[in-house]
Amino acid sequence: MMAGTDRRTESRVVRWTLTAVALAFLLCFLFVPLAVVFMQAFAEGVRAYWMALVEPMSLAALQLTALAALVAVPANTLFGLAAAWAIARFDFPGRGLLITLIDLPFAISPVVSGLVFVLMFGAQGLLGPWLIAHDIKIVFAVPGILLATMFVTVPFVARELIPVMQEQGSEEEQAALALGASGWQMFRRVTLPNIRWALLYGVVLLNARAIGEFGAVSMVSGHIRGQTNTAALHVEILYNEYNFAAAFAVASVLALMALATLAAKSIVGRRITQ
Amino acid sequence: MRPRLRRHVLPGFGLSLGFTLSYVCLLILIPLTGVVLRARSITWPEFVASVTSERALAAFGLSLGAAVVAAVVNGVFGLLVAWVLVRYRFPGRRLIDACVDLPFALPTSVAGIALTTVYSPAGWLGQQLAPLGIQVAFTRLGVIVALTFIGLPFVVRAVQPVLEDLDREIEDAAASLGATRWQTFRHVLLPSILPALLTGVTLAFARALGEYGSVVFISGNLPFRTEVITLLIVARLEQFDYAGATAMASMMLGVSFLILLTINLLQAWSRRRGALA
Repeated sequence: MMAGTDRRTESRVVRWTLTAVALAFLLCFLFVPLAVVFMQAFAEGVRAYWMALVEPMSLAALQLTALAALVAVPANTLFGLAAAWAIARFDFPGRGLLITLIDLPFAISPVVSGLVFVLMFGAQGLLGPWLIAHDIKIVFAVPGILLATMFVTVPFVARELIPVMQEQGSEEEQAALALGASGWQMFRRVTLPNIRWALLYGVVLLNARAIGEFGAVSMVSGHIRGQTNTAALHVEILYNEYNFAAAFAVASVLALMALATLAAKSIVGRRITQ
Repeated sequence: MRPRLRRHVLPGFGLSLGFTLSYVCLLILIPLTGVVLRARSITWPEFVASVTSERALAAFGLSLGAAVVAAVVNGVFGLLVAWVLVRYRFPGRRLIDACVDLPFALPTSVAGIALTTVYSPAGWLGQQLAPLGIQVAFTRLGVIVALTFIGLPFVVRAVQPVLEDLDREIEDAAASLGATRWQTFRHVLLPSILPALLTGVTLAFARALGEYGSVVFISGNLPFRTEVITLLIVARLEQFDYAGATAMASMMLGVSFLILLTINLLQAWSRRRGALA
């Protein structure tokens, strides 16, 4: 190295090379695949794109995806709030174990998560005979899809809220109580405003996973078109039928939602750091 | 832990913990016990036979190997991407930063068909690689590409906050003591980043090991060649071989627990490092 070079930072050549390599890596692994989704979706023209989306089976799949999100998002948001309140505000034996249990769905393969419900509620499963006798269908039916979606999205809100609430401490909440607020008033006027951005952040991620879950839902779905086929599964079916334009058309809707998620995530994330 | 004044002053302990425990029991604990109970009904020889069958061993081997390679690739390039995003300024930086999370947000089936199309011999990037004799789609290389994609955000997001918090004065001190930039990186920066980097790599590895959606399309699913373990579990279930699927799934569960433990240890190490710095 030359004498007199500024050793506190890299030379311009190094900086440019590192940036170029990093961007090339992201280009090959992120941006080109993303671009291909939209290119392929419109490969047969705008009309074909539109027809692929409004086709009844695609619409049914998108509706089922919306239903799964409509069930999993409120359920796991409520759960995340309750779990964060109990874990961040109180000490009790087994707290660490409870946190690990809540995180578990992140550590388990989606395929195993789905299999868990097949082994529980499937015809060969533990509760199978009882369910058949009472004519209740869970696996290869809509309830199974909802359960699998709920399972894989359990941790999202809780794990965003717990560290934020632990850091904030409970002084403001105790002050509200001391001033005569009821528990519910304290929650609405003090706790909720304090955690709102972290909560929203968790909900955004939860929603994205609920919409996009593939492996776990695939195990319990049975792939009955128009009935148990979510949008992410419908992409697979169309692709395997060599109906590429239609597969990418449905995929492009999901990709748009993913981009909306990224936008929301970065806006909300900036609010949290402020 | 901070001492809590008048511990019982906050309301809602019974309600929130009761709801949390019931929810966790119903949705997570009971279904998982179901797998364990189901696995117990399999005899030991049956279990060993399905887990150590040639096809299962090949699938385990590929999953482990490809996940390790993908995690290491992400370790190197994830660190590089995080470094460039934190230290350098260039147009579009924020947009690119936001896009790093794409693999988290994009449904895996969409990622799978997109990667297959891009890296197939006729695809945008496959075309460039084909004359070099490199085929990605429907080979083991394709499996690695898909697993690299899916693990990409973990390392970047683990390393980024640590890089942002690093004290620049330490680097200045190293420079004024005559260290070259590389020596500073190697002996000053890398040791402080290491716990976060290893956490990110472990998370990427864990995700890659259990990945299904993005691999299923690009791998081609040839038994013994490009079949990963999650694909084999699905195949067993589709053949109504519940015992085989359960045996392999319980192995995967065991590995998941081990990884979870490793991550907890790494994070504890990370926090100690943070406390010392």
